[in-house]
Amino acid sequence: MSAPAGADVVVVGGGNAALCAALTARESGASVILLERSSEWDRGGNSKHTRNIRCARDGTSAATRYGAEEFLGDLRSVTGDALDSELARYLIAQSREVGEWMEAQGVRWQPALRGTLQLDRTNRFFLGGGKALVNTYYARAAATGVTVSYEQRVERFVFDGERVTSVVASLPDGTRREIPCRAVVVASGGFEANIEWLRRYWGSAVDNYRIRGTPHNDGNVLQTLLEAGAETRGTERGFHAIAVDARAPRFDGGIVTRVDSIPFGIVVNSQGERFYDEGEEIWPKRYATWGGLIARQPDQLACSIFDSKAWGGFIPCMHTPYRADTVKELAEMLHLPAAPVVATVERFNAAAHDHGTYDMAQRDGRSTRDLPLPKSNWALTLDTPPFYAYPLRPGITFTYLGVGIDGYGHVRRGNGCVFPNLFAAGEVMSGNILLKGYLAGIGMTIGTVFGRLAGREAARAARA
Amino acid sequence: MPLAPDLAAEARRQLTICNACRYCEGYCATFQVLELRPRLSDGDISVVGNVCHDCRGCYQACMFAPPHEFAINIPLLLSQVRTETYATYAWPSALATLFGRAATGSAIAAAVGLIVMAGISLATGGGARFFAADAAPGSFYRIVPYFGMVIPAMLLSLYALLSFGMSAAAFSRDARIRLTELFAPRALVSIARDALTLHWMSGGGYGCYYPEKEKTSETRRAFHVLLVAGFISAFLSTTVAAIYQELLGVLPPYGMTSLPVILGMAGGAAMIVGATGLLALKVGAAGELISRTMLRMDVAFLVVFDLVSITGMALLFLRDTPLMGTLLLAHFAALAALYATIPYGKFAHVVYRLLTLLETRRDVVAPPVAAARRQGASGPA
Repeated sequence: MSAPAGADVVVVGGGNAALCAALTARESGASVILLERSSEWDRGGNSKHTRNIRCARDGTSAATRYGAEEFLGDLRSVTGDALDSELARYLIAQSREVGEWMEAQGVRWQPALRGTLQLDRTNRFFLGGGKALVNTYYARAAATGVTVSYEQRVERFVFDGERVTSVVASLPDGTRREIPCRAVVVASGGFEANIEWLRRYWGSAVDNYRIRGTPHNDGNVLQTLLEAGAETRGTERGFHAIAVDARAPRFDGGIVTRVDSIPFGIVVNSQGERFYDEGEEIWPKRYATWGGLIARQPDQLACSIFDSKAWGGFIPCMHTPYRADTVKELAEMLHLPAAPVVATVERFNAAAHDHGTYDMAQRDGRSTRDLPLPKSNWALTLDTPPFYAYPLRPGITFTYLGVGIDGYGHVRRGNGCVFPNLFAAGEVMSGNILLKGYLAGIGMTIGTVFGRLAGREAARAARA
Repeated sequence: MPLAPDLAAEARRQLTICNACRYCEGYCATFQVLELRPRLSDGDISVVGNVCHDCRGCYQACMFAPPHEFAINIPLLLSQVRTETYATYAWPSALATLFGRAATGSAIAAAVGLIVMAGISLATGGGARFFAADAAPGSFYRIVPYFGMVIPAMLLSLYALLSFGMSAAAFSRDARIRLTELFAPRALVSIARDALTLHWMSGGGYGCYYPEKEKTSETRRAFHVLLVAGFISAFLSTTVAAIYQELLGVLPPYGMTSLPVILGMAGGAAMIVGATGLLALKVGAAGELISRTMLRMDVAFLVVFDLVSITGMALLFLRDTPLMGTLLLAHFAALAALYATIPYGKFAHVVYRLLTLLETRRDVVAPPVAAARRQGASGPA
């Protein structure tokens, strides 16, 4: 079966936003070609690492209701007030409805995972996580007649004036393919996997970064849009990062390399010094903090040190922590300067006298006393061998830089106009709404809502 | 008793990644049991392996499945753990090697069974009547006398019980399964219900990725339920026949509308459909998701089940003809292949399943997602 030469709508990308756009455009009657950069086995971009979507919902009680105002408040609390509030309100209003559409595509739900119960009210979990979700959408695409092509690297768009007339993609064998179309949806993600692009801002430090998701998000389509005159949103230096185990692979280590032990002990840098209050924030806000903190430390390296009292209190990561009977031996195993590490632990222990009740379920106020850099909660002494440590690196989740869109999903041009048949959805436009920080599941909300919008409007533009 | 070190190390590697992820928790109890046994002793690994009903939902959902460098393939890994568990706890251990030679073992058992039963027939004068049509009561016993049927069957059954008892005791010790809990009525009811409905074979509540790789279906569970129901029906048929003969003094063959024959026919038909259906699914399913040893064991077991059922049905319909003697011996040969390999073939999975169902009782783990919704448990929505 040969692929059709052209289509009403070409969707660039193969993750959640792209699939939602392709399915919706198809629903609206358009013929659709979806161009996925990866091969079939690792399709789905970073969506395959997700597991839930944040949705507003009506509820009969405060325990089940997640109202639009509360959702917006949560969003503003992490990202500030610079967001496009019209798009944010549209996002939140639509988030109430998307679950039904997802179910109609075959998506199945599961209760919140253990350890994430506090998200039960605000987030909906897909059965099996993001890859299962993506599989469902691909199966639906096949059933409804969306043409999916893998290993298609989109290189440029051909414009006639301000209208896109075709998409040029390169194939693994080095040949190029030009696909005539009447509208385009770009849902190709950010540039977090493009080490050289990151190096422009961060220099050699990037060599110590881990990229948590797909290696395919090199941002070449984003670059193409910016060169064509698309307006930018979000800061180019912005990225979201968490602490991951230093032994994590360069790319695609996903959730299982995440280190969860930070508030259970102390964190030292490669000089053996503490550098931030480990007890500042309870889950999940601390995740967003520590990636950036470690990225700014010498050698982009840190170590989470805890003792055997903490073992079992958190979800262990895939790597076994280093373990030794004394702090000194532990430091030596990690190639840290032993004397400063031992001194740091001793100073911390002297300040962490047992007062107040230790309670990991909340900010227990059990703070160190008289330390220039306090640990403001959960300050238990490190005194019960064996001692453990995870070596930490920054794990980049996504970048914030993207293109501006209007209320129909059109990509904005710098001159105040829009491209009439060029749309954007997902991470590539998330900078309209999320400029910094993160809310669990918001990426999937943005991808689903704006993917649906872009698909619908692209189909409409193709008919015009 | 330790598992093979290479397999145990690989299981620890993969299951540690699963325990750090937990995305598959909604599919089945395997991942919930894993979270309760994070230390992953060899016994823990065996329990986790035997909780898995091979629905393959987790493989479809796994972003770390091969060719990803983490190479997570839980269906393959846990099928290896199960075959390894059967072999590790086989009694006597010298016969553990039979698990890897299921087809050969079954064929030898069938041949030996045929020779023994033919020998008994000849020694008791059955040879002279072998090709004579005989529909009178007791006709079977004129080919092979009653004791010649009962004594081998009893010996093999008692041996299988003894062997499984020893295996179960050793497994439970290593797996830290408290056998005394088995005797609580609620536990027994829970285990029986989950076993007979194959509760955990429905993955997240929507079925297995059999026969299609990307679509769930309850077909496999339906065939398996049929096979078990057919087996139970055939067993009841034999029990009722024994009552007819010993208590009522009525000798077989029994009429086509008699209870033993109806139970036998229904059971035979269900087993043929179930075993043939499962065979087709096994052969058609993705080979990279199952241990080769397990697949060979499955195929041998299902073929033997089919042969037992088909020869039994043929015997029933042709018992008044001169072919009866031949079919009777063929049926005994098939039964020998089934009975003699019980402790050293796929039948062993029943023992480990029942024991691990004690670990996945409803009060210990959450039910599959769809089942939970049907029962009205609170979910997200």
